[in-house]
Amino acid sequence: MDRPDAEKNTLRPLRGALLLGGTTVLAVGLLALVHEATRERIEQVERARRMQAVEQVLDGVRHDNDLLLDAVTVTDRDLLGTSAPVTVYRATLDGEPVAAVLAPTAPDGYSGSIRLLVGIDVDGRLLGVRVQSHRETPGLGDLIEARKSDWILKFTGRSLGDPPLERWKVRKDGGDFDQFTGATVTPRAVVAAVANALLYFERERELIFPPSATPADEPIDQSARGPRIG
Amino acid sequence: MDAVATFRNGLGRQNPGLVQLLGLCPLLAVSTTLGNALGLGIATLGVLLASSLTASLVGRWLLPEVRIGVFVVTIAAAVTAVELVAAAWLPELHESLGIFLPLIVTNCLVLARAESFASRRGVVEAAVDALGMGVGFLLVLVSLGSVREILGHGSLGGDLQLLFGESARGLGLQFFPAQNGWLLALLPPGAFILLGLMVAAHNWRIARRAERTGEPGVRAAGQLSS
Repeated sequence: MDRPDAEKNTLRPLRGALLLGGTTVLAVGLLALVHEATRERIEQVERARRMQAVEQVLDGVRHDNDLLLDAVTVTDRDLLGTSAPVTVYRATLDGEPVAAVLAPTAPDGYSGSIRLLVGIDVDGRLLGVRVQSHRETPGLGDLIEARKSDWILKFTGRSLGDPPLERWKVRKDGGDFDQFTGATVTPRAVVAAVANALLYFERERELIFPPSATPADEPIDQSARGPRIG
Repeated sequence: MDAVATFRNGLGRQNPGLVQLLGLCPLLAVSTTLGNALGLGIATLGVLLASSLTASLVGRWLLPEVRIGVFVVTIAAAVTAVELVAAAWLPELHESLGIFLPLIVTNCLVLARAESFASRRGVVEAAVDALGMGVGFLLVLVSLGSVREILGHGSLGGDLQLLFGESARGLGLQFFPAQNGWLLALLPPGAFILLGLMVAAHNWRIARRAERTGEPGVRAAGQLSS
């Protein structure tokens, strides 16, 4: 080494900092490029996925509005299972309401929350129910997925009078819905969440479909108490 | 060491999954089906290759104080890039792998190869080593994924559409109805048991070869793990 040790030692931390800083700048630059190149595509994919999920629980009901744009957010911890805002998509035909899709949560699954999508027509009849995400036991609780069994499809056509409210339970609890062998907690949670979503829709129909149109995305918070399952 | 030996090192003698036991968390969590396992294996291989190449290129210029920091930043950037690309073009696979795609960052295999091998070797040797280790990890993932899918779902390749798009749907084989599957194979304990059996078989093979050739130094599984 031709330079004195003292100089080398003062410059060493600086060199280290520059190396680390330089790498970080390069990495951030690379990621910015990748992010820019993928952003539009990821948005499209995400939109298509949400669209498909919502259309699925509408069971082919005719509507002429863009569901993802015509949505309101509502909050009701008791009936929608979460204190977070819940999205409600509104399907209309010629400006007349035909159906709504709620995204409630069953808070009491076997391992955590089960997120649902519930399609309800304007008369309060279920058009379809699907599970969006869950962490239930594979092979037992995951029979609530439509691709694993047809259990979730049996909600279609049901409403608050069919069966009567007190029979919106699994058979083991004296209700009308099957549980699974070895898994009662999961179906119990889903049945209660669907019934509560129906109760919410019945109680807050005017909020979801106001007689005079409400601007989309205006948050609605209702904490009135009413009947509740589970 | 010549290139072939370096490559084969990752497949056999120092296989990351069976001998070094590195990256066990994703290995056990994601290997429930062939499609998942193949997806994560390829993603890990890509990240390993990118980080080893970078480590080999810049390794000699780095100060020891910041070397690991620089590698961690590089690996994190590579993983994030892979994740964004997967989200854009393989959304179903991206959803299916979930948190385990970003968690490749914490796969100690990646950092270990960059730090202990690639940073001290030439670019070609580092690339061959990364390929060997990556393919070795991929093979263990795919074997475990295949066995678990057959035992647990009764199928093989039933979710290849995650990787190859809708045209690959239905390419898989169905041996028996999914509801007759052996649930244990899908749960974490089953993954541990099956991996244990694979490690045992691998050790047995290495021990037998050593006996035959009189080669010393049989390494038991886990001896190299950090």
